[in-house]
Amino acid sequence: MAYLESLPRRWVTIYVPLGVFLFVLLFPFYWMCATALKPNDELLSHASNPFWVKAPTLAHFKHLLFETPYPDWMLNTILVSTAATFTSLFAAVLAAYSIERLRFQGSRQVGMGIFLAYLIPPSILFIPLAAIVFRLGLFDTRWALILTYPTFLIPFCTWLLMGYFRSIPYELEECALIDGATRLQILVKIILPLSVPGLISAGIFAFTLSWNEFIYALTFISSSEIKTVPVGVVTELVEGDVYHWGALMAGALLGSLPVAVIYSFFVEYYVSGMTGAIKE
Amino acid sequence: MLSRWLNNRNVLGLIFMLPAAALLLTFLTYPLGLGVWLGFTDAKIGRAGHWIGLENYQFLATDPVALLSLFNTVFYTVVASVFKFALGLWLAILLNEKLPFKAVLRAVVLLPWIVPTALSALAFWWMYDAQFSVISWVLVRLGLIHRYIDFLGDPWLARGSTIVANIWRGVPFVAISLLAGLQTISPSLYEAAAIDGATALQRFRYITLPLLTPIIAVVMTFSVLFTFTDFQLIYVLTRGGPLNATHLMATLAYQRAIPGGSLGEGAALSTAMVPFLLAAILFSYFGLQRRGWQQGGDK
Repeated sequence: MAYLESLPRRWVTIYVPLGVFLFVLLFPFYWMCATALKPNDELLSHASNPFWVKAPTLAHFKHLLFETPYPDWMLNTILVSTAATFTSLFAAVLAAYSIERLRFQGSRQVGMGIFLAYLIPPSILFIPLAAIVFRLGLFDTRWALILTYPTFLIPFCTWLLMGYFRSIPYELEECALIDGATRLQILVKIILPLSVPGLISAGIFAFTLSWNEFIYALTFISSSEIKTVPVGVVTELVEGDVYHWGALMAGALLGSLPVAVIYSFFVEYYVSGMTGAIKE
Repeated sequence: MLSRWLNNRNVLGLIFMLPAAALLLTFLTYPLGLGVWLGFTDAKIGRAGHWIGLENYQFLATDPVALLSLFNTVFYTVVASVFKFALGLWLAILLNEKLPFKAVLRAVVLLPWIVPTALSALAFWWMYDAQFSVISWVLVRLGLIHRYIDFLGDPWLARGSTIVANIWRGVPFVAISLLAGLQTISPSLYEAAAIDGATALQRFRYITLPLLTPIIAVVMTFSVLFTFTDFQLIYVLTRGGPLNATHLMATLAYQRAIPGGSLGEGAALSTAMVPFLLAAILFSYFGLQRRGWQQGGDK
């Protein structure tokens, strides 16, 4: 009902508050960039205006990439996130299809169970999981993460894909059944091609969630060279009493960049996936 | 014969469920049970425990640090959730207006939610630094304060600072989810109300709020759930300090179980969070039950 309001009024009630929101939400990112580019003497001086970088330098990035195991962490995070994402997608597609379309006996209960599984947060599971991981001999290996991440990815992806599968008309499947297709053929040749947007948004979600995961990676991994980016930056770059703020912020920035980029390419899928999953 | 079996929905359903079920049962259901069991034992890292009944819980009930962490967790959750809800709803309403660059705005607003919390918490840590905080710098320049604030050094300041960081991270999720809810409300309702002479406040109170209730229930349940079990933010910003003033149950459980080695005690602390989670889930379940009129039905 914008037409009922005058322009000055809109400035006070909408644009100014929105501007404040944006400033607060984005300032930490600006601050990360500014700090990562500042030379050390500028960082630690009280005199100059801290909001501006006078003599930008890439020294912190150089330090990070060539003198710390940061590249290894990056590689690990990519490996673990990709493997966990594909594992979860595979399991979730099959589970969602059988719950939503095969409708086997008890599928409703299983669907509810999977929703409940999504509500169990990692911070109440990590202690017993640590014991299990240790007993399975997976402690301090990438497998510990690849196998445990699906516990929070599968419920989410399944729930999201169930919504997608529900929107595909039954008639398509019936035609295929009459033509003699098996259920597996129907899934691969009809359902999956039709649910590519759903698969993409589930994949992005899963990838971002595993990229950002912290507590499992902190608990199950102890060797520096197989840590993930968030854990590596927090535990290894912070040493002693002198903090290398420049390198820390450079690390935080580089670690945030991949998810931000992936997400900005697929933001429409992401938002529709998120809101879709909530509306279900 | 085999192909007949493979087209039976129960057999095929079972086969299709297998990968998901195997992973979830081994790494979700089993640890959930194991956690409860460990809470009743004196297990240490590398040593299986013996059944000691309620001893862990009895100890925790008298342990001032554990009780403080319970208080902190409840305080952190309540304050952060109230602000996340209020600010998130406000932001959602702002974003629902006719605005230039709407799509870009929405994408940008979600950023704090997308990036790894551990890494954005580092940025807050730097902004809260006792000597070089940019917030203190601005306040000093404005002449409001004379000494740099030690944001994470004083118990109540530290609680406040961690809560602010949590709100910063959580507002985008609440806002974007509520925005999706707002967009399902038909503009004709507002027009009808305006014709009847309803003020903006009345339109919000009698149209927006009731129609948004189901989605608010779900969003806030998730928000409360993840705030209550928060770990990363506190671990990065304060590790529970100063004087355990910001220890949440999750961070204390980690500290006791992993660096401290007392798996049993840590597991008991984690298990103690379950009743609160159950309460949140029940709340969500009843919030999810949409009433007929909200789905467009007549009565």
